[in-house]
Amino acid sequence: MSVRVFVPRDTTALSLGADIVAERLRREADSRGLELTVVRNGSRGLAWLEPLVEVETPAGRVAFGPVTPGDVPALLDAGLLEGRDTHALALGPTEAIPYLAHQQRLTFARIGVIEALSIDDYRAHGGFRGLEAALALEPQEIVESVKASGLRGRGGAAFPTGIKWQTVLDTPADKKYVVCNADEGDSGTFADRLVMECDPYMLIEGMIITGLAVGASQGYIYLRSEYPLAKKILDDAITRAEAAGYLGSDLLGSGRTFQLEVRLGAGAYICGEETSLLESLEGKRGLVRFKPPLPAIEGLFGRPTVVNNVLSLAAVPFIIAEGAEAYANHGMGRSRGTLALQLAGNVKRGGLVELAFGTTLRTLMEDFGGGTASGRPLRAVQVGGPLCAYLPEGQWDLPLDYETFAEIGAGIGHGGVVMFDDSVDMAEQARFSMEFCKVESCGKCTPCRIGSTRGVEVIDRIRAGENRDANLELLGELCETMEDGSLCAMGGMTPFPVQSALTHFLADFQRPVDGD
Amino acid sequence: MNASPDWTPQLIQDETDALKHKPGALLPILHALQDRLGFIPDQAVPIIAESLGQTRAEVHGVISFYHHFRTTPPGTHVVQICRAEACQAMGARALEAHAKASLGIDYHQTTADHEITLEAVYCLGNCACGPSVRVDDRVLGRVSPEAFDALVDELSTRPLEVIG
Repeated sequence: MSVRVFVPRDTTALSLGADIVAERLRREADSRGLELTVVRNGSRGLAWLEPLVEVETPAGRVAFGPVTPGDVPALLDAGLLEGRDTHALALGPTEAIPYLAHQQRLTFARIGVIEALSIDDYRAHGGFRGLEAALALEPQEIVESVKASGLRGRGGAAFPTGIKWQTVLDTPADKKYVVCNADEGDSGTFADRLVMECDPYMLIEGMIITGLAVGASQGYIYLRSEYPLAKKILDDAITRAEAAGYLGSDLLGSGRTFQLEVRLGAGAYICGEETSLLESLEGKRGLVRFKPPLPAIEGLFGRPTVVNNVLSLAAVPFIIAEGAEAYANHGMGRSRGTLALQLAGNVKRGGLVELAFGTTLRTLMEDFGGGTASGRPLRAVQVGGPLCAYLPEGQWDLPLDYETFAEIGAGIGHGGVVMFDDSVDMAEQARFSMEFCKVESCGKCTPCRIGSTRGVEVIDRIRAGENRDANLELLGELCETMEDGSLCAMGGMTPFPVQSALTHFLADFQRPVDGD
Repeated sequence: MNASPDWTPQLIQDETDALKHKPGALLPILHALQDRLGFIPDQAVPIIAESLGQTRAEVHGVISFYHHFRTTPPGTHVVQICRAEACQAMGARALEAHAKASLGIDYHQTTADHEITLEAVYCLGNCACGPSVRVDDRVLGRVSPEAFDALVDELSTRPLEVIG
């Protein structure tokens, strides 16, 4: 009988040679007369072990990693196909790998387990049960479930999802939209990408349920152009879902309609801001809109629109299938459910860690991450993307929940955790925050457009030792102006990483200049 | 990329006509053109504007707003280096400096042999395995300066053609 061998096909595994490993396995098996079937599953999210090759055995799936093409012959010699654990890359049963076993995977339960584009696989692992349940519910009942789950927007703003949906449901209109924000631009984040590349039907199912809940018949996934593989997989998944009756004008014979289309962004970070995203979808420059009106009332093409992040929408099938309580039972305080954390940057064991709210950064970075990749001491961590604070060691023991982090002027954002070792120059990081804002500002409001340019200049003067004290004071004032006077989070939050660097790592701004 | 810079007004009109019925059609049209040609020729602006009932200024404004769209032909390959924080933590700044020095060009420029156009990118979503580089539609992880040199060699080497 042909043995099934799994070789992941997501951007990270491919970036480390997974296609070549798969090809080498096929070739080597052929030449040895071995029967094996290579299955291209998604990634389990254990990035440091990619390419993570799994073999199906009578006792379950066993893992080997990280596998390079050159390892293939020796792995076959050592009994890869029997799942023997004699080779140095043998990791034992996949599900027992501590990094995975210690997680609470609700949204990411299927990634890496199934073949991303197989509807049969998806169904066999609980897929579309949420949709089937939703088709039997009234719109208000679906909205109530999402409210009761406590789900808050996972894009970073943490606004209660159910309340947003209620507004769209309550606003009468001839047409409504569901827009998925898949413009995952924060450095250190890749959870949306994993959903789209490894379990695309979960997102599609979440969007259909959202459409049923608010009365929208058209959905758009606004995907960043930096994710070419996700585009390919989503397009393919939509075509297959249409053919199977999950999308289109008669959803599973219910007479209900939901159409879905992927639209590509074009390399503008600002289009992750929801109103800028809507402008872009309308075919315009991604300029931020004034709020009000809220997109829930006047959104895409002036119609009521749900704009939700990939992870918010991906949580919906679980909530509807398993019940709001099953989701709300996880978490702490007003942060319910699980959080998809992404360990990135200078980390030994980077990857996706889904846990209930309430864990600490230290647990995450040390127990899961294993410290830095360089082996040097960890010095700073940026949680929540380029608009969030750098945290020093004194703040690594706080529980990760929205309110706790807000109290210290930090954010959780989209769950990215970027680690830096002690070689980092925090004045240079602060300069980059301003430079990034300068490159990516939409230009609509002055504090963001001009403030970021002046911010780069002031930090350059500080680093060059010009009137340091006066310029440090000026930088502080500039940050306040940007924070208070900007139209959206781009200019309003760019000061956060800068201020945190000033507060916790001031010495980096006061280093002697070369030649002093 | 391997896109041909050869184009005709008719080709642009056809690409535009195929998509102009879509709501918010401008970005899909621009993507289709750039995917096909590698860039968006200036002469496309009046054709698109006319077809969508927009002003040339509006179309030009959209093209110039988005980093992804280019108005000049790129080299045979577009190489993007991630400049964002997670890659910085793994040595992206040194990689950028090495790439610019070894190719002899800055960002948004193309090598003299027209093989490689160098661009900056802010995150490829490969943040646990940085520094990351994108070559056309392929993403590469843990790219050291040495790995970058090997990549450039691979991209610049063409099989010899036997002329018979």
